[in-house]
Amino acid sequence: MEFFKAEHIDKKFGDFNALSDVSISVPAGSIYGLLGPNGAGKTTLIRIINQIFAADKGELFYKGRKMVPDDVFDIGYLPEERGLYKKMKVGEQALYLARLKGLSRAEALKRLKCWFEKFEMQSWWNKKVEVLSKGMSQKLQFVITVMHNPSLLIFDEPFSGFDPINATMLRDEILDLREKGATIIFSTHNMSSVEELCDNITLINKSKSILEGEVLDIKRHYKSDVYEVSFIGDFSKIRDILNSKYNVLEHKMVKDINFVRLKMVHHNRDNELLSLILPHVHLISFNEVYPSMNEIFINVVESSNQNQM
Amino acid sequence: MNKIWLITKREFLTRVKKPSFIIMSILGPAIFAGFFALIFYFAATEDTDIKKIAVIDSTGAFIKKIPDTKYLHFEYLINIKVNDLKKILKKTDYYGILYISPIVSYSPRAVQLYSYQQPSLNVTQYIADAIEKEVRNQKLLAFNIKNLDNILKSVETRIDVETIKLSGTGEEKEINQGVRMWVAYFSSLLTFMFIFTFGVRVMRGVIEEKTNRIVEVIITSVKPFQLMMGKVLGVALTALTQFIVWIVLTTVFITIVKAAFMPDISTAAIANQPQNLMETSKLAIQVQQQAPQVSPELSQAFSILNSIDFYVMISAFIFYFIAGYLLYASLFAAVGATIDVDTDNQQFVFPVILPLILGVIVMLSAFQNPDSSIAFWFSLIPFTSPIVMMARIPYGVPYWEVAISMALLIVTFIGTIWLAGKIYRTGILMYGKKVSLGEMLKWIRYKT
Repeated sequence: MEFFKAEHIDKKFGDFNALSDVSISVPAGSIYGLLGPNGAGKTTLIRIINQIFAADKGELFYKGRKMVPDDVFDIGYLPEERGLYKKMKVGEQALYLARLKGLSRAEALKRLKCWFEKFEMQSWWNKKVEVLSKGMSQKLQFVITVMHNPSLLIFDEPFSGFDPINATMLRDEILDLREKGATIIFSTHNMSSVEELCDNITLINKSKSILEGEVLDIKRHYKSDVYEVSFIGDFSKIRDILNSKYNVLEHKMVKDINFVRLKMVHHNRDNELLSLILPHVHLISFNEVYPSMNEIFINVVESSNQNQM
Repeated sequence: MNKIWLITKREFLTRVKKPSFIIMSILGPAIFAGFFALIFYFAATEDTDIKKIAVIDSTGAFIKKIPDTKYLHFEYLINIKVNDLKKILKKTDYYGILYISPIVSYSPRAVQLYSYQQPSLNVTQYIADAIEKEVRNQKLLAFNIKNLDNILKSVETRIDVETIKLSGTGEEKEINQGVRMWVAYFSSLLTFMFIFTFGVRVMRGVIEEKTNRIVEVIITSVKPFQLMMGKVLGVALTALTQFIVWIVLTTVFITIVKAAFMPDISTAAIANQPQNLMETSKLAIQVQQQAPQVSPELSQAFSILNSIDFYVMISAFIFYFIAGYLLYASLFAAVGATIDVDTDNQQFVFPVILPLILGVIVMLSAFQNPDSSIAFWFSLIPFTSPIVMMARIPYGVPYWEVAISMALLIVTFIGTIWLAGKIYRTGILMYGKKVSLGEMLKWIRYKT
């Protein structure tokens, strides 16, 4: 079931097309990645979901029905350009924003205490926001975003400004939130986080959606019949057997182990590679290489840019 | 509603805790008190030369009727024209010429005092009182004594002595001075300052929230209208707090100033109810006789201050401040929402400030001519009425005028809040786009 759906969204700013005919469909309890180069329109789409802008065309659906403005109160939103009152104290501010979300003072205090302990932020309570480092205010903002247990979480570039330790912590929190039943949409440039977190993605380039689907399906779709094999045995013999069916892309030896990358010349559903080499060598490992999201991103964006030229 | 209150509370507390607020709260009254101290100082050190005044009485009814005092001697000249005497005034030893025109019994502007020096408040007030008393006596004589109540009612006569200072070239220059005028000037300027400074603070707060993007977070918690109203009300509470602190501290400081300059006058005599003007004057005169070191100007200034109804003044101030503030603060909030610091899009600030400035300009004439038609109309028009009406109130304004002015203001601020809410709602979330007037009209028509 879709938790959230946007259909055929168009948005123009003056003569500039921010989004043209973009649709996304976010399954309940999933993590949905919005990818795309800078200026592609990701943030615009997020702001449309948050009712910050109205779309020129297209429709939004929330929990299976048409989205209404009040649905935003059920959303936790972490904007890309983080905003807090700089002169206000950390604790005071978190409490204020929690209460605006409708939590009682006691409940807000309880939850904040819990989150502050989790993120080791207790000592910041009486500090002013302006003295926090970027990473620290990112953490604070994250806590403020999730504190009221919203059913839909929208993170715009959640990992920017985090060091590896905090980024890992944040990643675990996001996974944990999904475990607890939240649906999450996040935009990012960080492709490794996409691999680790996302169930589905949409890739937006120059206002258009150029790729969408489940991460695994996409990877499968963009694989290029490349295999990695490692074995002990005679490499020249193997090369002769594979002959014209497989090209050797790379070969190296570490001690007596051969590492080979091979590409199938003509795509064939029946992969005979294993059966060809198995009788002749002592096989250590064999696997088909799936492209990384990073490679897919670069390939798809570049070819889409070339098509437009 | 609960959310508006939360926002109001935050706006209020963060503003009140600021060091600048605390400094202004103390500095403001100190400046007022210093201002009063200066007035008292000059009043108290006024020279006590004997002044000889030539009286030209066109009615003939006031000959020898204005009693001389220790410092004021009146000489009654007959068959001399004012204009002739004015020309040679410098060569005579007269301090000034007092001209009483024939319309004295029914026009308050019938008495003029020509002088090369600025006559003190004491002099003009003394003359006014004397003539007023004489006119009253004459009127009483003309009535049938049987209906004394009616008579007393009908003989109430208002005399303002118009003092006309002669400049070196012989030009007449009005020096329409008086404590009333300064109270009018001061209170309307204060209204303007409060509306302007606190209105601009609302605008700055809106711009701050928009610029640091916290509004994107808040807007997923509260409705834009709640955010706007919370801010407007929070700043209003801050302003009222500042005002009350000022009143309290100013009263304290002025009491200290009074004690320093007038140790012999008991506070009971000064802090009198406005209705007790006569008693106060008598008391002051008694004190003056007993304690010669206290200048008569000083007691005179106090008695006029007492004659202005400060309860009416303060309630009017609070009303016009709140209503005027709500009107302008909502407009400032709307304008703040259209401003994008990155694109420096500030063309709507000036149109909002313009009527405020117009109000001040009209006020500058209204505090001298409170009954002129321009003062009348601008004290009814909602955008200028808070400032202009405050300039008229110390002189006394008919109740129906105040009522119409207030009613119009209330209707208008409800309208502007509604309008501003619509503009704010869209503008606050609009980045990187130049906003035109047509665009804003479109926002107003958007459905919620």
